[in-house]
Amino acid sequence: MSNRIINWFRFSSPQTFYPLAGKMIPWFWALAALFGIAGLYISFFVAPTDAQQGEGYRIIFVHVPASWMSMFIYLVMAFWAALGLGFNTRLSGMMASALAPTGALMAFLSLWTGALWGKPMWGTWWVWDARLTSELILFFLYLGFIALQSAIDDARRADKAGAVLALVGVVNIPIIYFSVKWWNTLHQGASVSLTRSPSMAQTMLWGMLLMALAFWMYAIAVALIRLRAIILERERHAGWVEALNEVKS
Amino acid sequence: MKPRHKRFALVGGGLAVLGIAAALVLNAFQSNLVFFFTPTQIAAGEAPKGKAFRIGGLVKEGSLKRQSDGLTLQFIVTDTAKEFPVAYTGILPDLFREGKGVVAQGKLDDNGLFVASEVLAKHDENYMPPEAQHAVDEAQKAQKTVVAN
Repeated sequence: MSNRIINWFRFSSPQTFYPLAGKMIPWFWALAALFGIAGLYISFFVAPTDAQQGEGYRIIFVHVPASWMSMFIYLVMAFWAALGLGFNTRLSGMMASALAPTGALMAFLSLWTGALWGKPMWGTWWVWDARLTSELILFFLYLGFIALQSAIDDARRADKAGAVLALVGVVNIPIIYFSVKWWNTLHQGASVSLTRSPSMAQTMLWGMLLMALAFWMYAIAVALIRLRAIILERERHAGWVEALNEVKS
Repeated sequence: MKPRHKRFALVGGGLAVLGIAAALVLNAFQSNLVFFFTPTQIAAGEAPKGKAFRIGGLVKEGSLKRQSDGLTLQFIVTDTAKEFPVAYTGILPDLFREGKGVVAQGKLDDNGLFVASEVLAKHDENYMPPEAQHAVDEAQKAQKTVVAN
């Protein structure tokens, strides 16, 4: 019985995960391109003009996926951080570090596209309402995580310190998500949620979901590339790294 | 209890404590986290007096009046229960429409007129093509006439 279950802990060793990640990266790139092309096509050519906002609303196809990913990547980062603290596995900390820059990029994109959208529609680039402010805090949490990790020379201790920061910051995620419900904000409520049917036209929704998938696959691909670089850097003295073809040449 | 169970328990316990602390803090700051006050709240005296604050609601249909200079205007903000007149001089955002959401920053003068220094449009989370919007409007109109009869 027990030999039928995959031993997941096997993959928690950098040595086994390094080649696996290498094999997965091209697939995630391909999926990202596929979803991206389909998503952009629907976003620009199929999705209808919005009744209120005209063509300007189309920035939603970047804004919402970037915002979703900025929150989701943080949750995944916090998950790996907790796993690393609990199991004391080396790979978990590396996973968290590999995700942080992509998360920061997504948070930045979300803020930036939001500002570009806010100016013509609301009449302002920025307001200090609960949704915008909590997303800005998320961006700073990512930057803080990256800064803290690079300030500590010992990699294992950097992982632990980063993990604690990542876990503390996780309380911000529900605050971002529910901010438009809990307080009155300038930012409108969610168009898509798990509890009720989406309040947008079908094709618009499809464009947005495909773009979100594209962002997701892109995030996995670049995180895995970064993870491989981190593994090589930290394990450079290990025998298996020196035996790698790409290292030998 | 293995050491790793202990560590997971610590992480879980820490998160729970942190979550409760965050909930308490947010609850304490509840009144400071609102971006605007609704006309009902202002009528109940919840908005700060003598200080600038934001009023939010819908622009009452047919209430927008422009002065001859083209820039000074007045409209009524309503939450369907209470309403306040708002005066503003400046350029309105593109999405400012009668019957749609608005958030204005300014002060309430002694006569109950809200003098705004900034007016922002607040749009809703519904996205639909113009034809669908037209159909919705027609349906609402039809409903209104049924109720009227």
